[in-house]
Amino acid sequence: MTDRKIRFIEEAFFRALMFFSTSTIVLLLLLIVLSIIYKGLPSMSVEMLTQTPKGGFYFGNEGGILNAIAGSLYLSVGATVLAFLIGLPVALYMNVHLIKRQKLVNTIRFFLDLLWGVPSIVYGAFGFTIMVFLGLRTSLLAGIITVTLLIIPIMIRAMDETLKVVPRGLLEASYSLGSTQSEISYRIFFRQCFSGMVTAVLLSFGRAIGDAASVLFTAGFTDHIPTSLNQPAATLPLSIFFQLSSPIPEVQNRAYASALVLTVIILIISILVRFFEKRYHKHKIKF
Amino acid sequence: MNDTTKIAIKDLNLYIGKKHILNNINLDIPDKKITVILGPSGCGKTTLLKSMNRLIDLYPEMKVTGSIMIDNEDILHTRRDITKIRKKMGLLSQRPYPLPMNIFNNIAFGLRISGRHNKHALKQRVEHYLKQANLWEEVKDRLRDPASSLSIGQQQRLCLARGLSVDPEIILADEPTSALDPISSMAIEQKFSELKQNYSVILVTHIIQQAQRLADYVVFMYMGEIIEQGPADEIFQNPKNDITRQYLKGAFN
Amino acid sequence: MGFITIKRQLRNKIHVYLMIIGLVFVLLMPVLLGAGLYYKSKVLFHDHSIWNLLFTKDWRPMSGKFGLLPFIMSSFWVTFISVLISAPICLLTAIHLTQYAKKWVLKFMHPVIDILAGIPSVIFGVWGILIIVPFISNTVAPMLGKQTSGYTIISGALVLSVMIIPFILNILIEVFRSIPDELSEAALSLGASKWQTIKYVLIKKAVPGIISAFGLGVSRAFGETIAVLMVVGNVIQIPHGLFQAGYPLPALIANNYGEMMSIPNYDAALMLSALVLFVIVTVFNLASRYTIAHLEKTIK
Repeated sequence: MTDRKIRFIEEAFFRALMFFSTSTIVLLLLLIVLSIIYKGLPSMSVEMLTQTPKGGFYFGNEGGILNAIAGSLYLSVGATVLAFLIGLPVALYMNVHLIKRQKLVNTIRFFLDLLWGVPSIVYGAFGFTIMVFLGLRTSLLAGIITVTLLIIPIMIRAMDETLKVVPRGLLEASYSLGSTQSEISYRIFFRQCFSGMVTAVLLSFGRAIGDAASVLFTAGFTDHIPTSLNQPAATLPLSIFFQLSSPIPEVQNRAYASALVLTVIILIISILVRFFEKRYHKHKIKF
Repeated sequence: MNDTTKIAIKDLNLYIGKKHILNNINLDIPDKKITVILGPSGCGKTTLLKSMNRLIDLYPEMKVTGSIMIDNEDILHTRRDITKIRKKMGLLSQRPYPLPMNIFNNIAFGLRISGRHNKHALKQRVEHYLKQANLWEEVKDRLRDPASSLSIGQQQRLCLARGLSVDPEIILADEPTSALDPISSMAIEQKFSELKQNYSVILVTHIIQQAQRLADYVVFMYMGEIIEQGPADEIFQNPKNDITRQYLKGAFN
Repeated sequence: MGFITIKRQLRNKIHVYLMIIGLVFVLLMPVLLGAGLYYKSKVLFHDHSIWNLLFTKDWRPMSGKFGLLPFIMSSFWVTFISVLISAPICLLTAIHLTQYAKKWVLKFMHPVIDILAGIPSVIFGVWGILIIVPFISNTVAPMLGKQTSGYTIISGALVLSVMIIPFILNILIEVFRSIPDELSEAALSLGASKWQTIKYVLIKKAVPGIISAFGLGVSRAFGETIAVLMVVGNVIQIPHGLFQAGYPLPALIANNYGEMMSIPNYDAALMLSALVLFVIVTVFNLASRYTIAHLEKTIK
């Protein structure tokens, strides 16, 4: 009887710990988001969103972070489009053309997962070497190339996860209609998985806009909104980082407001992903 | 019924969401006999089996009404420790699922859980149950190997030994030969006909010949309902229901 | 008709070529990464042995001394402590969510985990400066009778541990889900209680998966840059305690990219750091993923 009691107490103890752990995670998320809102909101203003830094901005004078918002959007959109153009054919190829060679496909997945795991600072350093190799300067273009490399594995694997659950029957049915493989890929598989594709694009975009380490070397930083690919571009994460390292309180406060802007963008993306994801994530392994 | 009844199921209904999985099951399972629950796949026979030792607790989406009396205790509504009730029943599932430990511990696990820790006694019991399942000779030199290193047929016999180790009164078997080769299947079937001396065996199967070989009492299920039940001879020689007759003729396969 | 068919076939061929080019490019990426970084850092090997570069602690770029040991050690400290903190939280939560929690809890936790995973590194850094650094400097350190600015190894590890929670947790949930229900059924029918089933059977079955989840956590934590560098202090030393500042490898690269072209061989040293980072992370990654792949085979 005492034996049973001990067991009961042990289970109750661990269940309490489990409940505690789960709640901790929820509380941490709340704490992060709320502390950013709490610190960021007071310094938030229309100017922050609509102006580029004026003279003396980094000493607490007039201006906003439009340069970083625009730069981040240009860079992320550019990189996402590029990664989509390279990633989509690869993902389709893996799931339509290579359908019979599962071993090979799994090896490719393995490679992609490895690439996904490479830290963004390494991509940054590598992007820098490419930049030097191609004779580029720190610029929007160099940033886009680097971030593209960073998000390609994410893009392909996310697409792959939705493509690989397309039932075999659909493939067979399309073949029996006389379609070529690429027609099947683009007309049938792509449409069948459309919402999954949107999710993949959004996930990649979110990663692109939030990453700082990869653009540190390659995109440069500027107070202006870039008007061509050869000009350097500011990004939100770096703008936050630089403003926060300033000793002047006003500038630090603006860093919090900038952090709020980035957080809101990321939250919007998360909500959109939720919206599109629907039933696709049932049994997929996420890394 | 002339035999003593081991399990009495009354008005059992089971739902998953709005789906009616088991419909008004009324069934008396005789003691020390082999009762075969026969029916095409998806008819609810596995679910019925799992409700008998309350494994349905694992699936919170399942809702049950009615009663299952075992030794005059309604196990669906008892306040007693459910683990005590489950120990009355040994389970053998469709595929062998050895516990992630070595061969010896697979058998010793149930014994230790019921508080038997004496090393010497454990050894003896393990040997006893492995012999009962006709596995001892094959594994006695490799008791410390992981159970997953055994062949599928051996694993299933290991699972049988494991089921016997907690001294059950009832053996629940869910298509226990479906993953096995013919020789291992034969061995298991033979074991079952010996086991009924001491246990009430409930065997779920869709193989008509297996039912004919083993059954004392037959329950035929279709679409979540019991269509017909009775002593094996009666059902096989002289089925009263049309669906049963068609099934026995092989119309479903 | 014939013409249309030829056109379709041609288009098909072009698409296939494009696909293969993309695929080859992607597969070459890891090789290119390694080779590119090696190419840029190999100047260093003229004057220094690899041993010398990795295991000495003398870092004076001006006089051509490039000992990476302080950075590597800082990285290891931050990484392992962060995994140590988040490992039990993730394991307990994964068990809770897969074994005990009601469906709505899981439904609620899914977006929570995903949003946490999506928060950018720099935001974690800001949060670390706002919450963790003062917490360490004003609360934890005085309690232990220490004095610190709060920019320490433990701050970096705490921020990092929150960052890798969603990552490890997602894998663990998948690991526990992939264990067949029948295994629990077998243990329960032997009279084990639910907790005994989890403790003696499920966790045991999940051990390879759990280890690889933590291994992937290590590899993720090891390369994390901005968030850690914002709170870890960036003092070049081999840390001897949790309340000292450290200078992890990624921070070294990120902090010095500006000057790297002005000092001879400095750029090579930073590229070497990136290469070391790449190799360490990839090794952890490889080992963990290999274990997981192996696990998927044995579990069925």
